Amino acid sequence: MEITFHLNGEEVTLSGVSPTATLLDWLREDRQLTGTKEGCNEGDCGACSVMVTDDRGSKALNACLLFMPQLNGKAIRTVEGVSGPDGTLHPVQEAMITHHGSQCGFCTPGFVMSMVTAHKNGATDHDVQLAGNLCRCTGYAPIIRAAEAVEDLSVPVWMTEETAVREPAPAAQNNTPYAPTSSDELATIYAQNPQAVLVAGATDVALWVTKGLRDLDNVIFLEGCTDLKQIEITPDAVRLGAMVDMNAMREAIAPLHPSYGEMIRRYASQQVRGAATVGGNIANGSPIGDNPPALIALGATLHLRHGDTRRSLPLEDFFVDYGKQDRLPGEFVEAVSFARQPDSMRCYKLSKRFDQDISAVLGAFNVTVVDGVVTEARIAFGGMAATPKRASHVEVALVGQPWSSETISAAQAEFDKDFTPMSDMRASDLYRLESARNLLARYYAELNGETVSVLEVVL
Amino acid sequence: MSILPKTNPGPVSKPLPHDAAKLHVTGAARYVDDIPMPAGCLHLAFGISTIAKGQITSMDLEAVRASPGVVLVIVAQDLPFTNDVSPSIHDEPLLSDGSVHYVGQPLFLVVATSHRAARVAARKGQIEYAEEPPILTVDQAMLADSRFEDGPRIYQKGDAAAAIETAGHIVEGVMELGGQEHFYLEGQAALALPQEGGDMLVTSSTQHPTEIQHKVAEAIGMPMHAVRVEIRRMGGGFGGKESQGNALAVSCAIAARATGKPCKMRYDRDDDMVITGKRHDFRISYRAGFGDDGALAGVEFTHLVRCGWAQDLSLPVADRAMLHADNAYAIPAIRIESHRLKTNTQSATAYRGFGGPQGMVGIERVMDHIAHDLGMDPVEVRRVNYYDAPAASPRSISEKVKDNTTPYGMEVSDFELHGMTAQLLESSNYEARRVEIAAWNKGQDRLKRGIGFSPVKFGISFTLTHLNQAGALVHVYQDGSIHLNHGGTEMGQGLFQKVAQVAASRFGVGMALVKITATDTAKVPNTSATAASSGTDLNGMAVKAACDTIRDRMAAFLAQRHQCDVGSVRFEDGKIYVGEEVLTFEEAASQCYQGRISLSATGFYKTPKVEWDRIKGQGRPFFYFAYGASVTEVVVDRLSGENRILRSDILHDAGASLNPDLDIGQVEGGYVQGAGWLTTEELVWDGKGRLSTHAPSTYKIPACSDRPDVFNVDLWGGQNREDSIYRSKAVGEPPFMLGISAYLALSHAVSQFGDAYPALDAPATAEQLWSAIRRVRDGV
Repeated sequence: MEITFHLNGEEVTLSGVSPTATLLDWLREDRQLTGTKEGCNEGDCGACSVMVTDDRGSKALNACLLFMPQLNGKAIRTVEGVSGPDGTLHPVQEAMITHHGSQCGFCTPGFVMSMVTAHKNGATDHDVQLAGNLCRCTGYAPIIRAAEAVEDLSVPVWMTEETAVREPAPAAQNNTPYAPTSSDELATIYAQNPQAVLVAGATDVALWVTKGLRDLDNVIFLEGCTDLKQIEITPDAVRLGAMVDMNAMREAIAPLHPSYGEMIRRYASQQVRGAATVGGNIANGSPIGDNPPALIALGATLHLRHGDTRRSLPLEDFFVDYGKQDRLPGEFVEAVSFARQPDSMRCYKLSKRFDQDISAVLGAFNVTVVDGVVTEARIAFGGMAATPKRASHVEVALVGQPWSSETISAAQAEFDKDFTPMSDMRASDLYRLESARNLLARYYAELNGETVSVLEVVL
Repeated sequence: MSILPKTNPGPVSKPLPHDAAKLHVTGAARYVDDIPMPAGCLHLAFGISTIAKGQITSMDLEAVRASPGVVLVIVAQDLPFTNDVSPSIHDEPLLSDGSVHYVGQPLFLVVATSHRAARVAARKGQIEYAEEPPILTVDQAMLADSRFEDGPRIYQKGDAAAAIETAGHIVEGVMELGGQEHFYLEGQAALALPQEGGDMLVTSSTQHPTEIQHKVAEAIGMPMHAVRVEIRRMGGGFGGKESQGNALAVSCAIAARATGKPCKMRYDRDDDMVITGKRHDFRISYRAGFGDDGALAGVEFTHLVRCGWAQDLSLPVADRAMLHADNAYAIPAIRIESHRLKTNTQSATAYRGFGGPQGMVGIERVMDHIAHDLGMDPVEVRRVNYYDAPAASPRSISEKVKDNTTPYGMEVSDFELHGMTAQLLESSNYEARRVEIAAWNKGQDRLKRGIGFSPVKFGISFTLTHLNQAGALVHVYQDGSIHLNHGGTEMGQGLFQKVAQVAASRFGVGMALVKITATDTAKVPNTSATAASSGTDLNGMAVKAACDTIRDRMAAFLAQRHQCDVGSVRFEDGKIYVGEEVLTFEEAASQCYQGRISLSATGFYKTPKVEWDRIKGQGRPFFYFAYGASVTEVVVDRLSGENRILRSDILHDAGASLNPDLDIGQVEGGYVQGAGWLTTEELVWDGKGRLSTHAPSTYKIPACSDRPDVFNVDLWGGQNREDSIYRSKAVGEPPFMLGISAYLALSHAVSQFGDAYPALDAPATAEQLWSAIRRVRDGV
């Protein structure tokens, strides 16, 4: 496959690119740009962060989770490319020196790239922007001081000139790796070649390669299917294309359902959310993905397509069993949609660490109360079963009852009927079950206007 | 002793940035894996065991050899000389000799044309085992009497049992205290370049180049002079690169010897976490007797130390835990019994604090328990038990003079914590906040806040006394530029910059003249590991000695040449004042060169006063103590156990700091790492001895938002009472233990839910806290 992209302002064209060569390996091994570091090779440490720009703007992404074909048409900037042409340091670099933001220096290039990108985008929510960058030396305080110090400084000219490639290499449609440019093309290719691996943001599939050491030779890259990146918000419904990334989804959801937006803020990290897609998180069927339970609680509908045939089903019905989804060979997730509704949605994510941690328990609660009586209840959990799953017995115990602490207590007793969670390195079965029960009480308290989260306590 | 009068201190004590800061932020700083690959470089990976204990019955490596890119596969029988990478007692084969001791043990070595090819091939080994039941837990090890040394080590002072029985009050308990993965951001890495005549040049991400040199020399059957080891910087170490780099460097050397090609090895993160050792986890049992005022009469501790499969550094680690079982407290009678247990898990190793943190958590838990038992402010219980301040300090006449010796018979003569505690309580507004927190908690059912205070007294020196030595090599070139080298290694702590500040100050020049160079066993031999917080103390002194030798030679020559008294020659502000003459340093260097003055010198230092008998547990293992104190406030949620640090206030003793900003960096970073150890960083092994938390996806070190919302860090403006380099104090490890205040704050918050003592285990994860709250509140 042939690709064209900008690297630190220079146009690069490569042919014969392996579908699963990562940007990180290419930078370090082929290009000798060793400023970008390998810390974990799984997207959890951010040492390989680079800035990727296209028509939609600039974002920080993990180079270890980016396959080269995904870069066609983009502009990449690495730590070697953020100083000015005359060697003038970027304000972020200056501030990191002045505020002692580096000690061992190994995580530093990744931090610099996340900070440079945030600075370019005018983002000052530093804890969010940097949640995907781990530092073991500094305790983060001096890094945040550096980030704060540059908030009001203007973006250097050389950073504003970053543009995507005008004429990317033509996409391959007849041989692997396929790179369709629309969902129609995708539908045709995938129907003819149902054994192919679909790669959306690659935040999961890349691990098959970097950790599983698999070679993938039959791949369809979805990055070019821009029509799948659409978000439609009408007075009646919200429809998210499968290729909408999680940062974009967060932006769309937060005004409608702030608690859901807050959950997405804690979903992975800025870099992973910038790559991970709505469709990928559903289609991979993970029992610990955070998005499906929340969507199920909103009553979402999943839209699938095979060739020219489309069908829709309630999202919860898609998850049949562990590793098994209701998806035919050659059929792909096109979109997910849900009805506009008054916001009574709350999402609670329990994990060892607040940011960038896979949930032990994810509870999504959406209860409708009319005149003091529960008229509808949609409650779904992740981490509690082999699939994202509704708490059906709990819901039944709520509907038709007065919205009271007695009702909550009665419903809490039903959790045993819905869930038999397992123990693993994240949590014990007992904690999962009991904390899930407790989250219903938290929901009741929160709807009563009480402070329920330690994150809300500020001195 | 220098003949020169006092000069302007120069760069010493200035808050300069890290010497490599600009290289860090531009991506130009080179780590081992960034060195441009030599032509023909080969790459290595280990095939590792999948069982915890047993014998290999067959090892079919045909598929490994046939895997694309594989050049060579090496098993134990192929090793030309020794098969050992142990830093202590030769009990750690590089490649299994047929026995398997833990999941992740290297069994065979793949040499291939790429890193990925080596990794792919390493997974293709067909290994069959005769499995044996592994010993995984301390209970299993105690039952099987599986241990290092013949029996437990016991240190004692007085008759603790009797003192406890007659004391009036007793608390007792058992605490599980988890280990910790280093999670240096740069994984282990090494590169070996074969040289003529069988010599070997090794670049290794190591805190201990001499150890690498020693083990590589043994492995390739050459004297140490044939092996040169170099390291410019590591991407973090924290103790994890004191001995754990041996296997990679030795593998590279053996493969390079066998193939004649450069060989490189780096662990993938998961391999790194599965193969290498971590902080020792402990079970600490305690029984303490005390009076109505909280004053301890006696304490008994039992440490069950899970050492893993090989001895590594476990004995001195476990010793240091015993040596910190008193922390800051004069305990009239104490008995510490330490069992060093051998288990079929990774061989636990050095980690920042080297057992000290574990020992300290034990006594801080006792203090917390006593305060809860008596309903006293925990700070007061601690102050009652503090060692006395040095006699010269003001002390009230009525105050009883304590026996100020440690359980191991060392007089505590530099105790700073009375003044530090007072200052910290004041600056953190502790009293008022405690009252405010109590009031806030009364109105809460689900959320409770807590506040914790902990002091640190940490002993500085290697307890293996002979390691307390260091060397340096300094050259002044004829253009006045200075080449600086010493035995210490840079892992981010700022050692190189602090030592360069010493060198610049001795010559009275600016930092630009001083070139910091890679640690190199060919320049300074027989070095100790950069460990035990000793880097600056030892190497700073050695560099000072080398610089002073050159400076004195220069002064003597210039005085003679310019006909003035040598005692009047001054090195200051980049100039040399010689009688009426003022020379630039460059001019002076040039004149000395032309006057045939040697401008190169070695320097050497050995720590005075230390002597220690680790078997008896008696002596003076430490040159001095470094101190610190912290106050942490947290909030905890009853329903989920979720918790957060809201504010931390720290006062730390770095003596007369060589570089206050770099030292504060150590304090901030140490605190967060220490708090991480006791909160979110949970290592989990499954029932078969497999580490379940072998990647950052499952092992959670603190992230950005986990740092305290309010984070006030200050240095105690004292001076080292001992004659250390510019009267500064070591600062690498001590701040780590400030994180104990986070654990204590959580304990306090949990205690707000009921009457029982929380008895928190560590790490105090959300689940652990949820569980403790249930116990305290509901008796479940």
